[in-house]
Amino acid sequence: MNRHIQYLASQAVAGKLSRREFLGKAAALGFTAVSANLVLANSARAAGPQTGGTLRMGLQGGSTTDSLDPALVTNTAGLMITRLWGETLVELAEDGGIEGKLAESYEASADAKTWTFKLRPGVTYSNGQNVTADDVVKTMERHSGEDTKSGALGIMRGIKDVRADGDTVVFELDSPNADLPYLLADYHLIIQPGGGVDDPAAAIGTGPYIIKSADMGVRVVAEKNPNYWGDLGYAETVEIIVINDDTARVAALQSGQVDVIDRVPPRTAKLVDRAPNITVHSTSAAGHYVFIMHCNTAPFDNNDLRMALKYGINRQEMVDKILNGYGTVGNDTPINASYPMYTELEQRTFDPDKAMHHLKKSGHDGSILLRTSDNSFPGAPDAAALFQQSLSSAGIKLDVKREPNDGYWSEVWNNKPFCTSYWGGRPTQDQMFTTAYLSTADWNDTRFNNEQFDQMLIAARGELDVAKRTQMYADMSTILRDEGGLICPMFNDFVEATGDRVDGFVAGMPGQVLMNGYAASKMWVKA
Amino acid sequence: MSPIVKLLAQRIALSLLLLLLISAVIFAGTIVLPGDVAQSILGQSATPEALANLRAELGVNDPPVERYFSWLFGAIQGDLGTALTSGQDIAEALSNRFWNTLFLAFWAAVVAVPLAIFLGLLAVRYKDRWPDKLISAVTLASISIPEFLIGYVLMYFIAVKLRWFPSVAMINDSMSLLDKLSAIALPVAVLTLVVLAHMMRMTRAAILNVMQSAYIETAELKGLNAFQVIFRHAFPNAIAPIVNVVMLNLAYLVVGVVVIEVVFVYPGMGQYLVDHVSKRDVPVVQACGLIFAAVYIGLNMIADIVAILSNPRLRHPK
Repeated sequence: MNRHIQYLASQAVAGKLSRREFLGKAAALGFTAVSANLVLANSARAAGPQTGGTLRMGLQGGSTTDSLDPALVTNTAGLMITRLWGETLVELAEDGGIEGKLAESYEASADAKTWTFKLRPGVTYSNGQNVTADDVVKTMERHSGEDTKSGALGIMRGIKDVRADGDTVVFELDSPNADLPYLLADYHLIIQPGGGVDDPAAAIGTGPYIIKSADMGVRVVAEKNPNYWGDLGYAETVEIIVINDDTARVAALQSGQVDVIDRVPPRTAKLVDRAPNITVHSTSAAGHYVFIMHCNTAPFDNNDLRMALKYGINRQEMVDKILNGYGTVGNDTPINASYPMYTELEQRTFDPDKAMHHLKKSGHDGSILLRTSDNSFPGAPDAAALFQQSLSSAGIKLDVKREPNDGYWSEVWNNKPFCTSYWGGRPTQDQMFTTAYLSTADWNDTRFNNEQFDQMLIAARGELDVAKRTQMYADMSTILRDEGGLICPMFNDFVEATGDRVDGFVAGMPGQVLMNGYAASKMWVKA
Repeated sequence: MSPIVKLLAQRIALSLLLLLLISAVIFAGTIVLPGDVAQSILGQSATPEALANLRAELGVNDPPVERYFSWLFGAIQGDLGTALTSGQDIAEALSNRFWNTLFLAFWAAVVAVPLAIFLGLLAVRYKDRWPDKLISAVTLASISIPEFLIGYVLMYFIAVKLRWFPSVAMINDSMSLLDKLSAIALPVAVLTLVVLAHMMRMTRAAILNVMQSAYIETAELKGLNAFQVIFRHAFPNAIAPIVNVVMLNLAYLVVGVVVIEVVFVYPGMGQYLVDHVSKRDVPVVQACGLIFAAVYIGLNMIADIVAILSNPRLRHPK
């Protein structure tokens, strides 16, 4: 049977069988759609990428005010454009680890305070210059200087000194940080000649493509870099078009004007997938939709009340109805499988009896006020209504107050004791916890203050032993799950779609949009 | 000087005066907008020194009147300043987009205006009979549906199902005229549907109004057929109101097509303006406002001039 499905897959890849026919036959053999799709993707990869042609992407989020300066990139379109022409020192690998890009290898001192990156020899920029250690130093200085507007400034703060030493670059940190390679994989930190100080938006880098024309917020065209050192970049030309309107983006894919789109609206994604020439891909991600309680404000200062609310939410129902299935259930911690060093904790489920038990123990009486708004996350008022219903079956009365979108982030979020909100995930646990759960964090939107948690966070940062660190993060997640002010019912997926003219899309890299921004250089146009 | 030249000169001078007043209003409006430009550029990470430096650099510390005049003289010489967000020269960035907007508006007008006038004449000819009612029903329906919805419907049937024309109206310099026309076919169709009803109804009403006159009866009595009566006698006398409504709609085609630009991803001025308003890029907003005002005033001036030239009573005032 296994041979049979492989045969069918090779037929499908060769175009003798449509994808739909293949899935139908695979189902007859007892394969689920997911595993059949996987077989198909593997066959396509085995058939090998093809070179040449034009790969066209229709992306959401670009604006005419965007710049080619990597320091100022804030949206998906900007990320994809930056990935075409530039490269970072290191990059996230598909298995969740770190792989070298412009740095061939790296090592840390035993105390994780001094890091040495060895540059890949013989790499040149698209203007012919060689990449030097000095360029790396200048790039880091540009992103951490006092007057920088770089989006990477936050992660550069802990770096005390960067210096060039032959073909290596040495980073000295204020305090131990085992996550430095993850931080340096940030997409803003593109290595530019002279650090990009003279002309930050020149788009001269070492990437697989060279920008030919750039009309920001409208259309960017790039051609293959003939001198690229690596093996990425199959299409001869890549065209990125900004299409901010959801319906227009889907229509552009359906009519064959683009080959790849991002942000397919979950409400229509299943309909879109039914079209014969389109495949919808869903990638689990670190972004999550949340209900946040202030742990220091009555009545939420009582952990039993917090537990009552946590047991009173129906997570699966939220994923089904708010995300239309394009997501995964949360477990009252901001960490999910898209993080490195993730440990699965016991899943908390909807349990009205336990909710009632904790409510009784808390001694709270009367209703609880939840504030929400349309822009706190897509479908937030609906999610609040679902929460209200599931709580009422546990005998807890929830009042929902709808706040105006305007001013929600300044007046309600991080201000009022119980509201809806969202978080976009961070590359590492350390980043996520430091941003929002350390007692002194600016964005500690649950007013969480746990000494043990704070100490573990600092200790884990300097721990180079992965097994020990993994255990520490698991313990921290457990503390948050059982004591924190976060109710996290769901993680939202990235929903993206590709047309049948192209191949090579892999949805397997958790937590990252469009193959971590490499869709343009890792996909190919079918001959 | 002949009275007609004098009249026209007066008209043009008035328009320029109006534009000057509007430039002051635009400038005043953008400086009383809430929010500090320097703060919104630097964002969260702003230090007091950086804010002060940037304010000095932007010249926001100078008195408003002084800033207004330096802006105005720059604008008259074609220097609209540089965009705060991208540092680009505004005049350069805008000219490209302005031509795109005009290109779309021009072709929409080329289709819509003759069609509207023809349908209007047809409706008059068959007044209260089925062609009149059908034309009115269809055009009124198309003006009543929101334009983005018409856009989506056309996109679904013509671009996705039939694949006759592309759904993304992206044009650039390397395309031939025929490619460009194919690319903008759908937005032109939507814009035509949106402006058709207004112009058609006005044509119909204006001509019907004239049709009540005694000289029309005379024309009928001397044996002309209905179309000849409408073309030779009614239409020339109805030109002024028709030109007025045509110009209003042309102005709409230039300044009011933001939604269509977004839906069809057309690189025109509307999208450019909206992006910069949301980032508080004041110089760009001022420049766009000024250009839109100039277009509006210019087209209305042309309507007035045509009205003067087509009306013997205005042409030869006593």
